[in-house]
This record gives sequence, C-alpha cells and structure tokens, in this order.
Amino acid sequence: MTTYQNEQLTLAEMRTGQTGSVVGVLGGRGLIQRLDALGIRQGKKVTKVSSALFRGPVMLRVNSSQVAVGFGMARKIVIEVDKHIL
Amino acid sequence: MRRILLVGNPNVGKSSLFSRLTGTHIIASNYPGTTVGFTKGYLKLGEEQAELIDVPGNYTLEPSSKAEEVAVELLKEGDLVINVVDATNLERNLNLTLQLLERQTPAIVALNMWDDTRHRGINIDIAKLEELLGVPVVPTVGVTGQGVTELVRHLPEAKAPENPRTYSNSDERWARVGKIVSQVQSLSHRHHRWYESLEDVSSHRIGGIVVALLVLFATFWFVRFVGEGIIGYVAEPLFEGLWTPLLMKLSLALGAGGFWHNVLIGNLIGGEIDYFQSFGLLSAGLYIPLAAVLPYIISFYLALGILEDAGYLPRLAVLMDTIMHRLGLHGYAIIPTILGFGCNVPAVMATRILETRKQRFIAATLISIGVPCAALQAMIIGLVGQQGVGYVAMVYGSLFISWVIIGLILNRAVKGFNPELLVEIPPYRLPSWRVIGEKLWLRVSGFVKEALPIVLGTVLVVNILYTLGVFNAIADITAPVLTGLWGLPKETITALVVGFLRKDVAMGMLAPLALTAKQLVISSTVLAMFFPCIATFVILARELGARDVLKAVGIMITAALIMGSLQNLVL
Repeated sequence: MTTYQNEQLTLAEMRTGQTGSVVGVLGGRGLIQRLDALGIRQGKKVTKVSSALFRGPVMLRVNSSQVAVGFGMARKIVIEVDKHIL
Repeated sequence: MRRILLVGNPNVGKSSLFSRLTGTHIIASNYPGTTVGFTKGYLKLGEEQAELIDVPGNYTLEPSSKAEEVAVELLKEGDLVINVVDATNLERNLNLTLQLLERQTPAIVALNMWDDTRHRGINIDIAKLEELLGVPVVPTVGVTGQGVTELVRHLPEAKAPENPRTYSNSDERWARVGKIVSQVQSLSHRHHRWYESLEDVSSHRIGGIVVALLVLFATFWFVRFVGEGIIGYVAEPLFEGLWTPLLMKLSLALGAGGFWHNVLIGNLIGGEIDYFQSFGLLSAGLYIPLAAVLPYIISFYLALGILEDAGYLPRLAVLMDTIMHRLGLHGYAIIPTILGFGCNVPAVMATRILETRKQRFIAATLISIGVPCAALQAMIIGLVGQQGVGYVAMVYGSLFISWVIIGLILNRAVKGFNPELLVEIPPYRLPSWRVIGEKLWLRVSGFVKEALPIVLGTVLVVNILYTLGVFNAIADITAPVLTGLWGLPKETITALVVGFLRKDVAMGMLAPLALTAKQLVISSTVLAMFFPCIATFVILARELGARDVLKAVGIMITAALIMGSLQNLVL
C-alpha cells in the first residue's frame, strides 16, 4: 500500500530529482511577481533538476520549461514535497 | 502607416519570424534577451506598406529589466499585435496573451515552434484555441518559414476579442490560462531527441563544469583553426599572389617614394611590401581589415552563432553565477561579455538584459576594459604571437586579472543592488545551418561595411598627420608616461591615439616600431584597456549617460596606467 506523507522544504533544501508543489514564496511583491511570470506560483508542481556548487543557482522544471533560480531565491520558495513511503 | 508589433515571451522566435516577415535579416538566437532594443522593418499588407517592430521579449506587462521597459513602451503605439507564442510552452505563454488581449489592441496569435510540438507529444486544437481566445491563431515555424504566408494572409483578420475579459489579479488570469490549456492541449508519448540527454548532463553540478570546459576548449580551438585556415589558405595567397604584384607596379609608377607613395603604399621594407609595416591605404589599410581581422571575425561569429542557437549560453550563465556575483553581477552578464569578444558595441547594448543600473555599469565597464574585440584579438594573435604563444597568454592573463580585480572593487564601490539570477533555460536545439549562415553573413557584412571605411579613413588621417609632424609633438608631451611608467618608446603614443578610432589599426602601427616582446605585451594590454574605441564610446555614453561614462573612462585610464606599470616592473 502506498501512502503519502508530505513534508515542507524550501527549494534550496530539496534533493535533486524531487518533485513537489509550491506552497508559497517568502518574499516581497516584486519577487513573487517575477516568479509568477515564469509560472512558479502557488500550487504549481515543480521538479528540482540540479543545484550548482557553492550555493549557485538551482534549476527546476515547471510545466515544460527549465528555470534557473538564484540560491537566495530558492531559499524563499517553499515546496510541499511528494514523498513515497511503502 | 500602420504599426505592427511582434510581442511575446523571451526566446519564442520573434526575431526569426521578423526576418521571415520582412525579408530583413536580424540576429536571432536561442537565449532569452537576444533583442534588447527594437528593430524596425516593413512588410506589404495587401496594397499597404506596414511597419513591423520586433519587440524585446517579456513575460508580463510589468517590466523588470530595461529591455522589458522598452517592450511595454512600444505597446502603447501599436496598431496591431502579432503575439508570438511558443507552442511547446502554452501555459506560460498564454499568460502574456491574456494580458495583451485585455488591452483591446487588435491581435493575432502566431503559434510558433509548431514543428517542435510533435516530438514532444503535444497536440493543440487550434480551432478551439481561436474560439476561446477570440482572435485568429496561426501555427508557424519561424526558423523554416512554415506558416508565415498564412500568418500574413490572416493579418487583416486580427481583432480585439468581442467579449473582452479582464482579470482583477494574476491568480484569476492563471486560472483562466489553466482552463484554456486543459481544453485545447492533450499530451501523448514524447520522443526524446539524442541531444536532449545532453541537457541532463550539462545541468548536473559536475557534468556542467566538464561540459563547459569542453565547450570552451573546443570553441577556442575552432576559432583559431578556422581563422588561421582562412588566413593561410585564402587571405594570404590572395594578397601575396594577386595584390602585391599590382601594388609593386603602382609603387614603381609613383617613383618608389613621395607623398602619394606614402599615403597609398607606405614605406617599402627592403624594397618589398610588408603588409604589417607598409602603412598605406592600399597595403596595410586593406590587409589589416580583410586579411588579418576578417578571417577571425568569420571564425568567431561562426562559433558564437552555433553556441547561441544550440542554447548553450544560458547554461554557462548558471555555471558562472557564483563567480559573477563576486564582481557585482550575476551569471547572465556572461552573455554580453561573450558578445564582447566579437565586438564591444553590441556587447554594451546587450547589458540591457541586466536588471539594475549597478549591474549595467559594472558589466559595461568590465567589457570595455577586459574584453578585447575580435579585430583587436586577431592583431594581438598575429603580432604578439610572432614572439611566442606565451606572450599572447601574458596579454590575455593581464586583461583577465584586471577584469577580476576591477570587478571585485566595483562590486564594493558602486552603490546599488545586484539581484539574483532568475532566467529560463531554453532547451537545446539543433542549429539550422541556413539560419547560422544568414546570421554569420549579417555580422560579417556588417563588419566589412562599418569597419572598412573607418580603417581606411584612419590610415589616411594617420599618414597625413605623420607628414605634418603632429605625432612628434604629442609624443614629446606624453613621453614621461610612456617611457617612464610603461617602458615604451615615445612613438608608441601614435598607436594609442589611433586606438581611439580603431584598435586593429593601432596594433598595426606598433609593427614598424621594432618593439621587444615585453614592450609588445605592455603596449597591446594598455591599448586594449585604456580607452574604448570611438564606436564603443558612443554606445557607452548612450547607455550609461554622460556622468557614468566619464566615471567608466576614468576607471579605464587608471587601470591601464596601473596595469602597464606593473607589467613593466614584473615582466
């Protein structure tokens, strides 16, 4: 039987390959708007593709596009991670 | 005249469509922010001539960079909007579409990159989309021109939707977008292309670095191999075999000396024409731009075109982001920087893709100081390279060190904000050779048309000033700096002065001075750093404003003084 237990992490904390939905953005209006324009907004499913060394940008997939987000921004994007537990 | 605007998200193919619609070729690439100013062209709409404007890409009508501000300003004056939509990314693109439709400007949607939907397993019901949006929708492929005739045919049908919707906030609009997408789009199995697995490798934190090193190495090798190949197998044989004999006849006819001989041919070296030392209009004046520089312009822009269209540059931006933040920039500044290795003029203009004044000032200043253009590089490789590859490396090393140190200082000294990177990474695409060829032709013919007259004019002026003895006067005044600080013969000032007009010609003027290897390294480094060429200066002044351009020039001169003196002490 598969059950889901959900866990909230920031995009920066997520592991590469994990998928989850955006819970919110802990930032000002400007940041929320810029992310919104790229399709990163509440409720949206995103997958973390990679993170660069030395707190470099985080790459994520949203819809069919890839977006690179600075590490600081990635720490402000809260994701509810889909987690499979057997 | 009616004004038609091409509007859409960044990197959806507006510039390709523009070229197709107007027959005027402009630079299109696979990265967001290729177009930073606006490009105007004309197209026939029935009997009527209409103006078509390629608007810089934007995600929303609330601008976050200078390029996006340009777009929003332009929208106010459009009579008709062609909204270019990336068919493979319908959801995000339609958000802008709905914002455009709210404005009530007559619109038509070009569903671009239509060919890409098939292998991605995306099916779109066009009739349904037309119905839901209330405006005509035409599938197109900008790169091949497919659907462009239909687009033009349907232009007169462009209209504002009959029952316009307005949205009180972004969530409401996104909800509507979601509803539309769910009704018009269905997904089936997607077929991976072989180069798509490259995306995974180059996104990986270690794999990305390996790929970057391979790409940079391959690019460098390619540029040199092709550049030297053209020089060795085409340019030099043509000049030596065909042009030299003609010039020698002319030289004889002119009596091997005198004013006109000097202006047209220059000094003969051991009774022969030496294209680096015989400084006449028809000798060095033609040889420098056409045989020494043009081959490298061709090889550099060929390599750049491939990198741009494959979609590699944004990935490099991600990789460089952490380092660039130390210099008061973010990773995307690497794109203007790379353009600068071709020509600093489009590079300074491309700094508009950066969000803040601080970033644009730092990026433009660093490009002007530390990034030598292809013309200058070709001459550095040709002239300093004769002394050994190590000396060329010293020039590049000094420029790189200056670039880093000045960046570190400016990051602290310049007030303002350096936001973080936030950019869409486009998929890799197989470049179309036809598009690459057209882009290369555009840039190369641009060089010949713009640079050749200035080079010839510069050589002419230099020869006249020589004859009048003006340079000797200047040389005496500047001798303390040149000889005292930099260890250069005072005559080198002529080259530095000419560097304000054309840096390749300036390098050419160093050739007859019989400089030592060390002096060549110092003079070419100083020449690269101390002042932008006039074309770059004009663009800098326009982009930065009078006050900031003065600051930038002050930084350049100071940096050149210090770097030249250090080289003189250390080397």
